[in-house]
Amino acid sequence: MAKLTPQMLDELKQRGNKSNNWIKVGMSSCGIAAGAEPVYEALVKGVKEQGLEVEVRKCGCMGSCCFEPLVEVNVEGAPRTLYGNVDADVAQWIIDAHIGRKRVVEKYVVPGFAELTCSDEELLKSAEGNTKQYRIVMRNCGVIDPDNIDEFIAEGGYQGLKRALQMKPEDVIGEISKSGIRGRGGAGFPTGLKWKLTREVKAKEHFIICNGDEGDPGAYMDRSVLESDPHAVIEGMIIGGYAVGAAHGYFYIRAEYPLAVARIEKAIRQARASGLLGKDILGTGFDFDLDVRLGAGAFVCGEETALISSLEGKRGTPHPRPPYPSVKGLWNSPTCINNVETLANIGQIMDRGADWFAKIGVGKSTGTKVFAITGKVQRSGLIEVPMGMKLSNIVHQIGGGSASGKAVKAVQTGGPSGGVIPKDLFDTPVSYEHLTTLGSIMGSGGMIVMEEGDSMVDIAKFYLGFCVEESCGKCAPCRIGGKQMLLILEKLTAGKGEAADLVKLQRLALAMKKASLCGLGQTAANPVLSTLKYFNQEYMKCIEQGEGLAAN
Amino acid sequence: MKVKEMNMIKGQINGIKVEVEEGTSILDAAKKIQVKIPTLCKHPDLLPTAACGLCIVKIANSPKLPRACCTPMEEGMSITTHDPELVDVRRSVLEMILSNHPSECYICGRSGSCELQNLAAEFSIREQPYPNIVPDISTDVSTGSLALDPRKCITCGRCVQVCQDVQDVWALSFLDRGFDTRISPAGDIQLGDSPCVRCGQCSAHCPTGAILEFDDTPAVWRNLDNPENHCIVQIAPAVRVAIGEAFGYPVGTNLTKKIYTALRMMGFKAIFDTNFGADLTIVEEASEFVERFAHGHGALPLVTSCCPAWIDYLEKYYSDLLEHFSTAKSPHAMVGVLAKTYYAQKMNIDPAKIYSVSVMPCTAKKYEITRSAEMRASGYQDIDEVITTREFARMIKQAGVDFEHVKDGEADNILGDYTGAATIFGNTGGVMEAALRTAYKVVTDSELPDEAMEFQAIRGLEGIKETEVVIAGKSVKIAVASGLGNVSVVLDRVRKAKLEGTESPYHFIEVMACPGGCVAGGGQPYGVTDGLRQARAKGLYADDRSCAKRRSHENPAVQKLYQDFLGKPLSEKSHQLLHTSYTARPLYQR
Repeated sequence: MAKLTPQMLDELKQRGNKSNNWIKVGMSSCGIAAGAEPVYEALVKGVKEQGLEVEVRKCGCMGSCCFEPLVEVNVEGAPRTLYGNVDADVAQWIIDAHIGRKRVVEKYVVPGFAELTCSDEELLKSAEGNTKQYRIVMRNCGVIDPDNIDEFIAEGGYQGLKRALQMKPEDVIGEISKSGIRGRGGAGFPTGLKWKLTREVKAKEHFIICNGDEGDPGAYMDRSVLESDPHAVIEGMIIGGYAVGAAHGYFYIRAEYPLAVARIEKAIRQARASGLLGKDILGTGFDFDLDVRLGAGAFVCGEETALISSLEGKRGTPHPRPPYPSVKGLWNSPTCINNVETLANIGQIMDRGADWFAKIGVGKSTGTKVFAITGKVQRSGLIEVPMGMKLSNIVHQIGGGSASGKAVKAVQTGGPSGGVIPKDLFDTPVSYEHLTTLGSIMGSGGMIVMEEGDSMVDIAKFYLGFCVEESCGKCAPCRIGGKQMLLILEKLTAGKGEAADLVKLQRLALAMKKASLCGLGQTAANPVLSTLKYFNQEYMKCIEQGEGLAAN
Repeated sequence: MKVKEMNMIKGQINGIKVEVEEGTSILDAAKKIQVKIPTLCKHPDLLPTAACGLCIVKIANSPKLPRACCTPMEEGMSITTHDPELVDVRRSVLEMILSNHPSECYICGRSGSCELQNLAAEFSIREQPYPNIVPDISTDVSTGSLALDPRKCITCGRCVQVCQDVQDVWALSFLDRGFDTRISPAGDIQLGDSPCVRCGQCSAHCPTGAILEFDDTPAVWRNLDNPENHCIVQIAPAVRVAIGEAFGYPVGTNLTKKIYTALRMMGFKAIFDTNFGADLTIVEEASEFVERFAHGHGALPLVTSCCPAWIDYLEKYYSDLLEHFSTAKSPHAMVGVLAKTYYAQKMNIDPAKIYSVSVMPCTAKKYEITRSAEMRASGYQDIDEVITTREFARMIKQAGVDFEHVKDGEADNILGDYTGAATIFGNTGGVMEAALRTAYKVVTDSELPDEAMEFQAIRGLEGIKETEVVIAGKSVKIAVASGLGNVSVVLDRVRKAKLEGTESPYHFIEVMACPGGCVAGGGQPYGVTDGLRQARAKGLYADDRSCAKRRSHENPAVQKLYQDFLGKPLSEKSHQLLHTSYTARPLYQR
């Protein structure tokens, strides 16, 4: 493959993605697990046998996870349709009916597909009462073939890089700062500031790292983006590397994401072959390259300092900050660590401008956020909504409300570091500030919906159990505090609790929150604290039931 | 020496103004204004591990409670170290730590000196609000020198840092994670099968009873009580300036003569001094050096070999350099073999009846006495037991000796006389200094002038010290290293020069495994800091200066030994009794 020039990028973009007659099969991990491969094969075979003028293509995650395997069909003479729960037989049926006779196979149509997302105009018009998704990060997910760099470029990929490399690094940082984007890994630190701090440190070399150690239970935003649009993340990394002054970057991806790793590795090879990585990128004299490192599956390695230790080949435990990684990070060099989703935004911000991005969202939370909405909800899956959308709209409009018909009771956000938000507070807009006020956090984007009958004590126990399992064991408050809290929750749910246990639970939780070294320990008590706050009566019920049991 | 301008930082702690050098932690800044912030993991010798969570403080206008140990003071910072909330959180954390620690203080080797126990007392802990959960792991005594009880570990990380970063041994690490985190050699093997060199620095830095010296005192008592035995004992140089710490003396007080008396009261028939062996070691080793340096017989540089942890380390990590290591046994090994040969013959005692004990600042000495066949050169095990300074202090108390008030005593001079050169063996640089005093005489046949006897360039706590000394017109390039991490830097230079075929950067190298030398050995009283090392070292240098004779070859008892028994330095008999050999050993025994 020849080295790309800025002109060639433009030409490829203008040419666009060919073919108006196509069938796409969602081939992310979840699609494949649900049986997308035989569906793809059946479609290829069927099209070939019947000699149809239709291209069968692979693409990444389409977002409607509960309907996997997903097949999208776009042929002349019939409406563009998304099919769900497809198997090889249904695939044959689609070929015969939809492609052959231009008749939609109603039984397998995913409902509400056309209304999923909104346009720029719609978005800005109805910012307040918005009920629709808006896609920046996921714009190519389920649209392009992740293994094909040309399709990414045809969709305008690497245009942001082109523009960034025409600017001074300081101006790139200025643009990112102006956009207001904040870290999507959970803590919400302003990305532009992080880049600035890293750049300002004088050192022989700087590094940039993509944090792909996603580990919150029920969260898979980063995996889907890496699998579905790897070049978008790579583009973000190159721009970030240019901005902070790095010549080398690392993807740190958990080893349990083999498909994401394979696709990123392939995309890196393609980018290298196209001259988008390596020496003299796009003829600007900027040199930058990327490598992939695998995480061994420890949740705490998503914490910056632990991630660096792990990347250096050491035991993955957090370190005191300061020094911050931006000052003394990987191999003691200034290092910028950004989350996958953050990086996937960067190319678009550089391409479309900070002003466009800053207009989306609410207050200090600009842009969109990808959530993995799961639990007792009708349409579970990956969604991307503008910041500021009300929780009720996410749960009821986009998620379709409760799946069973029981009333929705609460939603858990922020994974094990987050909290539980009761339905009374669903009017809250989703933003970093608002969620923190409620005792939860934005987190990386896990959102678990619970309905009447679900025990909040069990929820707290589940998340705390996760953190106890994943604590690195370095600092006492987290290592021991979590374990002792878990014992109390087990006692409560076994009906053996007493009132004094709640006092102990609260005391342990607060000490753990205040005295733990890293984010994991500092936030691990949140699910307990938030349920104690909003669902105290359920804890009391545990104790009363226990007393009842004992009395009998 | 140029003094670098330091940026000074001004701030407030508890409303009191404080000015400290840039980079000073809040913990150290607080010390400057006499405020003590509790910590269980931060050791003055080590970098903060930030593990225990007790040293949390408040910084004005910040919602978080950062750790004082690892948070540097910044300009204008206003810190609160103690308020009801901070004390309550600390108390909570302490309760957590105690809930994961065996409640068996009265049968623990650290009872009375345990940092956790002390803190529990300070905090008036009177109940255990949480269930006591202690893992069921057995104590690892496979080294014979140390007892590793992971149940008592509070995962402060001091031992791991000492073992990996200071000593560069990498025997200890953390295994598992979360609540199951524990200290262990990598691969969950026994310490005795690991690269451990038994230096005991882990035990000297452990805040609790998780790593202790292996207690050999019961065996010593048993043998002292046996009327058939002729029990003899020797004390190492560093013991005399450290034992006082267990009895309330100022650090560095030289208590040699009280120790002699206490040992007699405990029932030892003969009291020897390892310092005698040190003088003898110097005569042998200096002769060995002169053979190599002046006469070209043997490889240079010559590296000293008095330190058993170092011997263990060199056999494991530097087995390609074996020909460079002095074959002279360590001082206590020399006294040991002579006690069962020379002394036994002179006194007409059956060596089989002699029970020989060494009181050492060192846990590795426990291993040294059985490390090779040469440690039985007398035909018997030359030394039967080694106890550390810490064990010795307990024995004195158990024997009912009122140490403070006992009168001064004397050693048996046949293996007890010593010169000033010997007593400084306990300090880093001391062996080299002593060797130079004698090597000068061997080469030039004249004495080093008194005023040139103190080699300041190789004194002090610097990890690597280098100097050049001119003897008979020839320049001797010298390195002194203490702390195995520093030792490997020096030895790597030697190895590199050897591999590249270039001239060695040194002729003579002194090595001590423990930072600061034996005064800060792994078996010395707890609480070592650089200040304490300096005070102990000062005690030994003062002892040197107070000695009438300060050159090892001037020791009359040593001269008599050569006259009556050994012949001359490096004689056949010397080689047979006083020298040893080295073999390459694998890092992992399995």
